[in-house]
Amino acid sequence: MAASSAVLSMSKIIKPIWGGRLATTAKPPPAKYGGRHTVTLIPGDGIGPELLNHVRELFRFSCVPVDFEVVNVCSATEDDINNAITAIRRNGVALKGNIETLHTLPASHKSRNNLLRTTLDLYANVMHCMSLPGVQTRHNNIDIMIIRENTEGEYSSLEHESVSGVVECLKIITRTNSLRIAEYAFKLAREKGRKRVTAVHKANIMKLGDGLFLQCCREVAAGYPDIAFDAMIVDNTTMQLVSKPQQFDVMVMPNLYGNVVSNVCAGLVGGPGLVPGANYGRDYAVFETATRNTGKSIADRNIANPTAMLLASCMMLDHLKLHDYATMIRNAVLTTMNETQLHTADIGGQGTTSEVVQAIMRNIQSKGPLTSEL
Amino acid sequence: MAASSAVISMSKIIKPIWGGRLATTAKKDPKGLTDHVNHKLSYLTPCPVLLFPEVFGATVSSRREKSTVGQIIPPPAKYGGRHTVTLIPGDGIGPELLNHVKELFRFSCVPVDFEVVNVSSATEDDINNAITAIRRNGVALKGNIETLHTLPASHKSRNNLLRTSLDLYANVMHCKSLPGVQTRHNNIDIMIIRENTEGEYSSLEHESVSGVVECLKIITRTNSLRIAEYAFKLAREKGRKRVTAVHKANIMKLGDGLFLQCCREVAAGYPDIAFDAMIVDNTTMQLVSKPQQFDVMVMPNLYGNVVSNVCAGLVGGPGLVPGANYGRDYAVFETATRNTGKSIADRNIANPTAMLLASCMMLDHLKLHDYATMIRNAVLTTMNETQLHTADIGGQGTTSEVVQAIMRNIQSKGPLTSEL
Repeated sequence: MAASSAVLSMSKIIKPIWGGRLATTAKPPPAKYGGRHTVTLIPGDGIGPELLNHVRELFRFSCVPVDFEVVNVCSATEDDINNAITAIRRNGVALKGNIETLHTLPASHKSRNNLLRTTLDLYANVMHCMSLPGVQTRHNNIDIMIIRENTEGEYSSLEHESVSGVVECLKIITRTNSLRIAEYAFKLAREKGRKRVTAVHKANIMKLGDGLFLQCCREVAAGYPDIAFDAMIVDNTTMQLVSKPQQFDVMVMPNLYGNVVSNVCAGLVGGPGLVPGANYGRDYAVFETATRNTGKSIADRNIANPTAMLLASCMMLDHLKLHDYATMIRNAVLTTMNETQLHTADIGGQGTTSEVVQAIMRNIQSKGPLTSEL
Repeated sequence: MAASSAVISMSKIIKPIWGGRLATTAKKDPKGLTDHVNHKLSYLTPCPVLLFPEVFGATVSSRREKSTVGQIIPPPAKYGGRHTVTLIPGDGIGPELLNHVKELFRFSCVPVDFEVVNVSSATEDDINNAITAIRRNGVALKGNIETLHTLPASHKSRNNLLRTSLDLYANVMHCKSLPGVQTRHNNIDIMIIRENTEGEYSSLEHESVSGVVECLKIITRTNSLRIAEYAFKLAREKGRKRVTAVHKANIMKLGDGLFLQCCREVAAGYPDIAFDAMIVDNTTMQLVSKPQQFDVMVMPNLYGNVVSNVCAGLVGGPGLVPGANYGRDYAVFETATRNTGKSIADRNIANPTAMLLASCMMLDHLKLHDYATMIRNAVLTTMNETQLHTADIGGQGTTSEVVQAIMRNIQSKGPLTSEL
């Protein structure tokens, strides 16, 4: 193990650009030995464990060259989350379920998910909402990319009760982070051939805070004349989203508005079971479902929708540059969704999770070159 | 004028409970008898303010300091049977819509006079004049005043200043699907009660280090208890079964945790009303997929902004929903989503429904229920049966056409109208 890690670190020094995405997120290469990648897996709570089991099952069946290093995080001590963070630092990539944050615990107990994101500086949360043809929704032709600042803003967890009965929560906006997320958004828009970036803010009320964010976006926009830039206040944005969502292309915003807007968009395309999300940092990437639901009420009942988690694992495979496998699994998932029309209960169907996964595996077997026994 | 104000203040001392609402909203008084009796009485009382200045002063100030039991609303400004209401035209579509309101009121012979106070965004004086006028009259109808982003941070939002100075702590919005308007969701009936003075809108920001800005979000126990009390009282009064608190207490544990705790404490005193809590991201997702599950929702300021705009979008857009801001002593009515509508100003295409329904809410607050019902029915008939719609809900009508149709409807039904 020491030899392999020495080899890895050597390769990181020799080939710093290998595996880089957009120049700002040039990553060291993911851990790879014997042609197989190692990825940290954090099962989380609720539906996380069962869905990630299905992912592992599917990967083994499709002979994907990825090994999972499982790190359990229970909400009690700090050690677990530190182990998880170390594992992600070691492997560079992770796939996770959501870890539950109980409201009843004292305020000193920070949200584990939040801790993970800020410690690893996963500053960009990317979510791509697309209407799927096989899913009945009230709006069609939605295609929105949401880029949400992931580390600061309202989620700084800096609160105090200065006077008894009066609580102050600090929302932090910094120039560096705002410039960074705006750069990421514009680079991603250019890479994907998008035409328009909309910044979502509330600068009429929070003049300094969101004003700074908006100013940074404008500065970065000036360097991308081929991409149109406009700004919209968050309340108007949410109202437009529920009446005419087709007008939006790429949206960039601070943390809390990102939370709300991404959930609205997820609801518009069919629900939390369908959309995958990715958290990118300079050195690490963590993949999960976009709306980060624990799903306690549907846990262990075999009714959860595996689509979001499976598509997140495809995003992970793309990140590891295993594009063929990614495309194969993604196509199988989308075929099962759109053509076979095998749906779980959350999108109005009758199928169970295992049935859907079995159908996906059969689809891969019929198309793919090499699979294990079913 | 001094005499009448003295008379009014004397009647305030003699009848402190007249005109009280829930503690803060209108009591039902269908025939306006209280108004009538009080009107007569006001002629009988002498001019005592000069005789008992210390009593008068002491009573008023002690009543102002009381914040819990015995919340008293001073009676609305009223002389000769006519109410005086402050009118703030604002920017964008505000002036034209409020002109239509004035036109409609004059046509229907509503006993309300408007005291117009213009607020231009330049100096502090204008907004202070407006606040003084509202303190004098007790009730206002306003358009939205524009807040330019380009002005320095020391220039606070005028609307925000108005709300906080007058302590209009509850913003109430009732979203109902209208049968005549085509929307993707039907049978929506949600009341949104939003804390209106603190939270993220405290305007307390500073740049401690260059490039790092801190914005303070303030949550206090008093205000959270107050808004929760208001929400539950309103739910009970309207016969609602369930109150949902919207929060983000998993991240903002102290802040939203305090809000949630206050709501729970108040809920314990209302066993007939079910209470539950939902995180704001899940709430917005549920709103766009299954909005029929929500009944009454209570939340801090920023979430209230987002959720009320989502609901307005679900029932048909910003042109349809009226909003009200209630405080202990004052009430200000406006459109729910507070849009300036600069791009459609002066083009005769704005939807007057929201502003007209807001003026009906104001008439209900003034206990002129007959007039309120008459105008409201006319507006809804024009919307649902005549199906005369403006462009924002997919129709072809202009603002004036819609208002004319409403006036014709009132003329055909109402007892007394001016010339058309």
